Amino acid sequence: MAEGPVRSGKPRGNLPPLEFYVPEPRYRPGDVVDYSHLEIPEAGTARRPDEACEANETWPLTTDLIRVLDENDQAVGPWDPKLDPETLRGMLRTMALTRAFDDRMYRGQRQGKTSFYMKSTGEEAISVACAFALADDDMVFPSYRQQGILISRGYPLVEMINQIYSNRADRLKGRQLPIMYSAKDYGFFTISGNLATQFPQAVGWSMASAIKGDTRIATSFIGEGSSAEGDFHAAMTFAAVYNAPVVLNVVNNQWAISSFSGFAGSERTTFAARANGYGIAGLRVDGNDALAVYAAMDWAANRARANKGPTLIEHFTYRAEGHSTSDDPSAYRSAREAEEWPLGDPVMRLKNHLIGLGEWSDEQHAEMDKALAEEVRTATKEAEKNGILGHGLHHPFHTMFEDVFEDLPWNLREQADQAISERRTKFPEWKE
Amino acid sequence: MLEEDAVSLHEAPTRQMNMIEAINDALDVMMGHDPDVVVLGEDVGYFGGVFRATAGLQKKYGKNRVFDSPINECGIIGAAVGMAAYGLRPVPEIQFADYIYPGLDQLISEAARMRYRSAGQFTSPLTVRSPFGGGIFGGQTHSQSPEALFTHVAGLKTVIPSTPHDAKGLLIAAIEDNDPVIFFEPKRIYNGPFDGNYDSPSKTWKSHSGGKVPEGYYSIPLGKARTVREGSAMTVLVYGTMVHVAEAVLAQKGVDAEIIDLRTLVPLDIDAVEKSVEKTGKCLVIHEATKTSGFGAELVSLVQERCFYHLEAPIERVTGFDTPYPHSLEWAYFPGPVRIGEAVDRLMKD
Repeated sequence: MAEGPVRSGKPRGNLPPLEFYVPEPRYRPGDVVDYSHLEIPEAGTARRPDEACEANETWPLTTDLIRVLDENDQAVGPWDPKLDPETLRGMLRTMALTRAFDDRMYRGQRQGKTSFYMKSTGEEAISVACAFALADDDMVFPSYRQQGILISRGYPLVEMINQIYSNRADRLKGRQLPIMYSAKDYGFFTISGNLATQFPQAVGWSMASAIKGDTRIATSFIGEGSSAEGDFHAAMTFAAVYNAPVVLNVVNNQWAISSFSGFAGSERTTFAARANGYGIAGLRVDGNDALAVYAAMDWAANRARANKGPTLIEHFTYRAEGHSTSDDPSAYRSAREAEEWPLGDPVMRLKNHLIGLGEWSDEQHAEMDKALAEEVRTATKEAEKNGILGHGLHHPFHTMFEDVFEDLPWNLREQADQAISERRTKFPEWKE
Repeated sequence: MLEEDAVSLHEAPTRQMNMIEAINDALDVMMGHDPDVVVLGEDVGYFGGVFRATAGLQKKYGKNRVFDSPINECGIIGAAVGMAAYGLRPVPEIQFADYIYPGLDQLISEAARMRYRSAGQFTSPLTVRSPFGGGIFGGQTHSQSPEALFTHVAGLKTVIPSTPHDAKGLLIAAIEDNDPVIFFEPKRIYNGPFDGNYDSPSKTWKSHSGGKVPEGYYSIPLGKARTVREGSAMTVLVYGTMVHVAEAVLAQKGVDAEIIDLRTLVPLDIDAVEKSVEKTGKCLVIHEATKTSGFGAELVSLVQERCFYHLEAPIERVTGFDTPYPHSLEWAYFPGPVRIGEAVDRLMKD
């Protein structure tokens, strides 16, 4: 700068020059990965405070890691939710179905059936176990990687695929980018393509529920990367001020496209640790341990229901695949990271747990996987009858102009006529 | 018109580039030229940006000058305002124009007014780069054209190139400019010009004169339009992707139109607009953005105010519809050849 402040002559001292710091991930493509720096406490060691405790009593849990499944995949410690085998098998099946669905939809995008897809591989336990711990009418404000919640709640796969294909049967009328679902009847808020906006909205929904003396709570999910947005701070402040009955989840999958979690502040502290600064309870949980995730959400949901206030949960996990079909993770991170992730594969861990209980077998698992692949295939075929993206079977042109407002104003009426007349000009044979 | 050609095209050797390469080259040139130029934004560092516009720059200039940022557009622009107050020339990238809204307070209330409110003590010489516009099946959160939100703000300049050649020269001028500049990059034409026929094969910049980009430093002054084609039948005021669509439609119709690529919306090259409309007596305004309160309304109003007695027909305006950008019906939304063609026919009838 040409002109600085006027110098008073007061000396700054003989200090070395300042240094600018930019975070750098530990591993880049080709690097050998060593996770020995990660502190992974033993399963079962984290204390479980009363659900009605003071928020700051959770402080140790915000830097610890709540884990239930030990290295032999046995459930240990005070956080073991002690679920019956039927529920465990239901969670396992839903997680495996989510994975099978992701695999098929990813392939569909590569085959040109749609423009875009996002997998949740490695993160299935978070969506599915949270959904199992919540009541079905608790309101979810998801980010774009919680397809497991919709699947857990029994939303039809065909409807999901119709949306992904933007076809004639898509309930969202082909308006939204693939996977930006909305399912009000399943307590699943419309997904935005803009990050973190759902966080304060979930708080507001839960405030309304309290205003009206309702019993339903709200929950929201964002990635650790988008916790950098101002919306996160707004949500935390409002949740604290109004003691909102909400569970706020940060899914820390280590990567936001090419930016590692350090660009959201992970080098300084955990994401859960932010909670206590706002006077909110915080839990940090092994996101690849379905039982731990269930237990944490159950704790937080009970707390919210009892008017004891909001909780921030950090789910510590790893994004095993690219951010979306639009990026190639091998360009910015080491492929060894996913392989060597020390918290394992959530599906395999729950599977082995059930086998250890004598409630499941490899044969049953293989059979289930086959059946799930078939279920997804059947749903895909069914949805394809309604068309795939860009192949004519989209919604009537007029739908483009509906829902901008409740009533169609004159300009949109004129523009709708224009769109249809343009279509006829381009394709004289065309009929809607 | 083409004044910059005198100092650039004829002297410097040129290289074939697409628009991304031209933008990357402009950043490279300016970073080499001025140690105060810094680049920040989501994924711009090691990865080089989701559209690769900053590829290789961190390696070449180091992390003190090219660095990733948290996902926080308010922070990206707010920090850039602070860096600019120090004396740097930040070039923040907002990954998609659709993501810029959390940064609006910092842009509108802060950057745009810094010079005015401090009576010139502080300025905000930052250039906010951002891909904008549709045609890539981006749905409503990756396709918007929000330029009118910015042209409406006193104190902001808004630049939109339509070729690699212009992108480089204009970006260099934007970075050198001492006021804040919004630099919107039409992402549909990053890899090649687009004639609006989505069902024909895409073209590259290889066979287009705008893909010949001079090496090294050159700048195209902000506020200077480019006459794409001289003509007498009508004046077409257009920018960004729509320049190429308009060119193709008018060529196909055999109309001797004068096509003016505005290149910068603010400051606007009002002389070029007036001179052309006075010559042709007819005016067609085209943009991809929604119609109501779009930049086209400003253009129509200016032409009416300043050229009324030369007009032989009502001014025509072709735009996107007043809806969010739909996913599956993207091409029904896009102001393509049919919509433009009808407006041209109406103008030619009068």
